[in-house]
Amino acid sequence: MKKILLAAALGVFAAMPAFADNTITIGMTVSKTGPLNVDSVSQLRGSELWRDEVNAAGGIKVGNKHYKVRFVEYDDQSVGGRVQQLYTRLILQDKAQFLFGPYSSGLVATAAVISEQYGKIMLIGGGAEGKTYTLGNKYLFQCITRAGEYLSGAIAELKEHNPHAKIAFVYSDDPFSKAVVAAAKKAAVAAGFTVAMDESYPPSTTDFTAVINKVISSGADTFFGGGHYADGATLARQLHDQKAGMKWVSILVAPDSEKFKTLGAAADGITVPSQWEPQVKYKADFGPSVEQFTAEYVLKYKDLPDYHAASGYVVGLILQHAIEQAHSIDPEKVTAALNKTDAHTFFGQVKFATDPGHHGLQVAHQMVLAQWQMKDGKLVKQMVWPDAARTAAVVYPLP
Amino acid sequence: MLGLLASILDGVLIGAVYGLAGMGITLIWGVMDVVNLTHGAMIVAGMFGTYLLVSAAGIPVYATLPIVLVGGFLVGVPLYWIAVHRVIGQPPLMSLLSTFAVNLVLVGLGTAVWGTDLFNVPASLPGFSMGRYTFPGTHLMAAALTAVIAGVLYLFLYRTRIGKAVRAVSANREAAELVGIPTARVLAMAFGIGVALACVAGMLISTMFPFTVLSGDAYQLKSFLVTVLGGLGNPTGALVAGVALGLVEGLTTPFVPVSWTLVIEFVLFVVVLIAVPGGLMQLLRWRRS
Amino acid sequence: MTILRRPFFWIIAAVIALFAVAPSVGNNVELRENLLLAAVYITLASNINMMLGYAGYVNFGSIVFFGLGGYFCVWLMSAHGWPLLAALLAGGCAVSALALLFGLGILRLRGVYFALATIGVNEGVMAFVANFGPWGGSSGIYLSPMLFQPLGGPARALWVIYYLLVGVMGLSLYLSYAVKRSKFGLGLRAIGQNEDAAAVLGVRTPRFKAAVYSLSAFLPAIAGGLYFFKSAFIQPPDAFDLQFSTETIVIAMLGGQGTVAGPALGAYLYEELRGWLLTSPTFSHFQLVIAGVLLLAIVLFAPGGLMGWLYRRWPRLRDYFE
Repeated sequence: MKKILLAAALGVFAAMPAFADNTITIGMTVSKTGPLNVDSVSQLRGSELWRDEVNAAGGIKVGNKHYKVRFVEYDDQSVGGRVQQLYTRLILQDKAQFLFGPYSSGLVATAAVISEQYGKIMLIGGGAEGKTYTLGNKYLFQCITRAGEYLSGAIAELKEHNPHAKIAFVYSDDPFSKAVVAAAKKAAVAAGFTVAMDESYPPSTTDFTAVINKVISSGADTFFGGGHYADGATLARQLHDQKAGMKWVSILVAPDSEKFKTLGAAADGITVPSQWEPQVKYKADFGPSVEQFTAEYVLKYKDLPDYHAASGYVVGLILQHAIEQAHSIDPEKVTAALNKTDAHTFFGQVKFATDPGHHGLQVAHQMVLAQWQMKDGKLVKQMVWPDAARTAAVVYPLP
Repeated sequence: MLGLLASILDGVLIGAVYGLAGMGITLIWGVMDVVNLTHGAMIVAGMFGTYLLVSAAGIPVYATLPIVLVGGFLVGVPLYWIAVHRVIGQPPLMSLLSTFAVNLVLVGLGTAVWGTDLFNVPASLPGFSMGRYTFPGTHLMAAALTAVIAGVLYLFLYRTRIGKAVRAVSANREAAELVGIPTARVLAMAFGIGVALACVAGMLISTMFPFTVLSGDAYQLKSFLVTVLGGLGNPTGALVAGVALGLVEGLTTPFVPVSWTLVIEFVLFVVVLIAVPGGLMQLLRWRRS
Repeated sequence: MTILRRPFFWIIAAVIALFAVAPSVGNNVELRENLLLAAVYITLASNINMMLGYAGYVNFGSIVFFGLGGYFCVWLMSAHGWPLLAALLAGGCAVSALALLFGLGILRLRGVYFALATIGVNEGVMAFVANFGPWGGSSGIYLSPMLFQPLGGPARALWVIYYLLVGVMGLSLYLSYAVKRSKFGLGLRAIGQNEDAAAVLGVRTPRFKAAVYSLSAFLPAIAGGLYFFKSAFIQPPDAFDLQFSTETIVIAMLGGQGTVAGPALGAYLYEELRGWLLTSPTFSHFQLVIAGVLLLAIVLFAPGGLMGWLYRRWPRLRDYFE
C-alpha cells in the first residue's frame, strides 16, 4: 500500500513541473479605464480570442511539446506613469516571457523602454508612431501600419473628387496624431491642396466649439483630424451640430468602432483610415481566414470586430508563428524568427524592418479607407479605398 | 470680422457660467475665510446629478435645475459640519487641507464609480445663427439662467433677514454672535449656498459640453481665477469677472492656437494674484458691502 | 562637531545604508524598484516639509521642480550630449534659480493666495512646456537607449541611478535636519508661527522665504532628473502631475509636518500602500480616496501626524528623533 502511495505521489510530482513548464506567460497592460478604454479593450478582446483558440487547439507547438498560453494583464488607466511600473512588475514578479504592448503610441513608447531594459520581446498591435523604432531597439515588433501612412488613402481619394480642396487639420496633441498629420500635410501639399488650418488641441479637450468656429472661419471645406475615440466622436458630433459645412471629413480611430454609429446623422459620410475591415480580401498562409476570424469574433462578442480587435489577434498569431518556426521559446531564437517573418495573414502582410535604425518598424502592411454610409436606412461601414478592396462607391460630398 | 464677433459673444455667454461658478467660491471665502477646495468636485456632482436625473429618471433637462440647486444645498450643509466646522478658527492651512482632502475622496470615489469616461447630457435648443456661425441655444439658455440665479442670490442677500444675517456674520463674526445670530448655523447655510451654486454651475455646463469625473479641476481653476479677479467676497464682482474671462477667451482663440489659451489664463491668474489681490473690483473702486 | 553626537544623525545614516545595501544583496531588482519609488517620495516629502512644516506655506505645485529638473536633465543629455552628473547638477541649479525668480513674485502672497498661486505656477509651466518646441512640446522627449551605454549598459545604469537617488534622499534628510537645527530654521519656524511678529522681531522674512523656496527646489530637481532619465521618456502630464504633488503633502502631513523623520516615515508607508493598490483590481481607483481620508483624519484629529502621535506616547523618542 505504501509503495502504491509513494508511486502515486512521485507520479504527481513528476507531472507537476511538466504542467508548470508548459505554459507561456504573456504580459501586457490594458487601458480598461480612461479615455483610451474603448479601443484598448477592443484590442484585448482580439488577443483573448487568439489565446482561447490556441489553447483549445492544445497550445503552441514547440518541437514536440505543447505550450498553453497564459495572459497576465493590468489596467494602466490610460496613464503613462503607471505603464512603466506595471511592465516592470510583469517582468520581475509575474515572470512574463513575452510582452504585448499597451494601446496608443504614447504608452507604447514608455513600455518599450522597460522591455528593452530587460531584454524582453514586445509585439505592438496598438502603436503606429514610428519614432519609437528609430531610437535603437532589438526586441520591438510593430504589427500594424505606421502612422505616416494613415491618411494617404484619404488624400488619394479626395484628389479625385476635389482637386482644389482646402484642408483644416485639427488633431490631438499626442505622438500618434501628430505623426499622422505631419506626414499627411506633406502629402496634401504635394497633391496640390491648400492647408487652411493646422492646429492641435490638448488630448484632454472635451469641447471643440471654439476650434470648430476657427475651422469655419478658415474657409476650409475638408476636415482631417481627431485623435482617439473620445475626442474623435465629440468632434464628429460638434461638426454636425455647428453646421460646419465640410464636404469631406476623415477622422482618426474613432469612426472605426461600432460604437460610432450611435452618433446617428453626425456619423453619416465620415471616413476613417483603417488597419483592417471585415470586408478585406487578404489571403492567409496560416491562422484563420478573414471570414473565419470575423465569424468567430461575432460569435464570441456579438459585435463586428474593428481593426483594434484584429490587430490584437494578429499580434498573438505572429508570435505563435515565430515560436513555431523557431522550435523554441528562447528569446534570441524567437527574435531571429520574428526578424525573418514575411507572413500573409487575415490581417494582411506582416514584415518587420531589421536594420538597427528602424528595427521593428512595420514595412509591409497597408491601410484601407472606410466610410459610414446609409444603406436601407441603417448606418453601415463600407470600404472605399483602395480600388481593389472597394465594397461601395465613395459618398461625396458629405450628406 | 464676423468670426471674431461670434467668438467674443460666445465667450461672454460661457463666461457668465464661469461667473456663477466663481460666485460659489467667493461667497464662502468672503463669509468664513475658507477656500472651498471641494468646489471642483461639487461642480462635477452637479454635472453627474443632472446626467442621472435626465437619463435615469427622465426629467427634462432644464427642470433639473431646482433639483440640483436644492440637492447641492443639502450636500453642502453636512459637508460644512464634517470638514469645515472644526477647522474654522485654526490657521488657514488647515481648512485648505481639509477641504482638499474631501475633494480627493469625492473625486476618487467618482473615478471608481464612473471611471474617466466621457458623459453627455443630451440638451438641445434651437440656436441662433449669424451668418455661417451658430450660437447653440444651450449657451444662450445657460447665460440667461445664470442671470436669473444671480438675481435671486442678490435678492436673498439684500432683501431677506437671513441674507442680512449672512452679511453680518461675514462682516464681523463676533459682533454677530453678540447680537444673537447663531453664527455656526449661518455659516453652515452660507456654505450650503456656495455648494449649491457650484452644483448649478455644473448643471449648466453639462448642458453645453461633454464632461468626465475629472472635469471639475479645470473649472475649479477658472472659478478661482474669476474669484480672485472679481475680488473675494464679492458675488457681483465674480459675475463681472466671469464675463471678463469669457471675453478674454473669446478674444484670444481666433488668434492664438487653442493650446496657448491655458497658458494665458494661468499667467493672468498668477499676475492678478500678485499685482491686484483685490481684483478688478478694487481697480474699479467697487466697495465691498 | 556636536552633530555627530546626536543619535538622529546616525539613524539617518543607517536608513541610507539600509536602502543602499538591501537590494544589492542578491541583486534583488524587485526590491530595488520598490525602494526607488520610496526614495523619490521621501526626497520630495522632506523638501516640501521645509516650506510646509517649518514656514507654514503650502506649496501645492511643488512637483513643478521635479518636472523641470527632469526636463533640464533629459534635454541636456539628449540634445546636447551632456554626461549624467553634469546634467543633473546643471538642472538642479537652473531650477533653483527659476524657483528664486518665481518666488520673488509669489512669496509676497500669504496663506491661501500663495497656495493657489503655486498651483497656477505648476499648471502654467505645464501648459507652456506642452507648447515649447525645443522640449518636444506635448509629445515630450524620448531618450535613446544609447545614453545608457556610458554607464555600462541598461542593467548597470539602473543600479547607478538607484544609488544616486538614495544619495539624493540622504542629502534631503540631512538638509532638512540641518535647517531645522540652525538659526535659519528657527527663523522659518518663527515665520510659521506668526509672520508679522517674526518680521517685527527682526527676521528678514522675504529673504528667508525666498531662500527656503529656492533651497527646497534643488534636490527634487535632481531627483526628477534621475527619475526621468531612468524612464527614458518625459512628457508634460507625467512631469507636472499635480496628483503627485498632492500625495507629497499628504505624506508630509501623515508622517508629521515639521519633523525630519515624519516625511520619511510617511513616505515609506504611503509608498507601500500605493504599491499594493496599484495592481489590486478593486482598489486601484481608491488610491485617491484613501489619501483623502487619511489627510482629513489627520487634519481634523491629529495635526501632528504619526510623529506627533508617537512623541505624545513615548516622549523619550524626542531625544533620538527629530
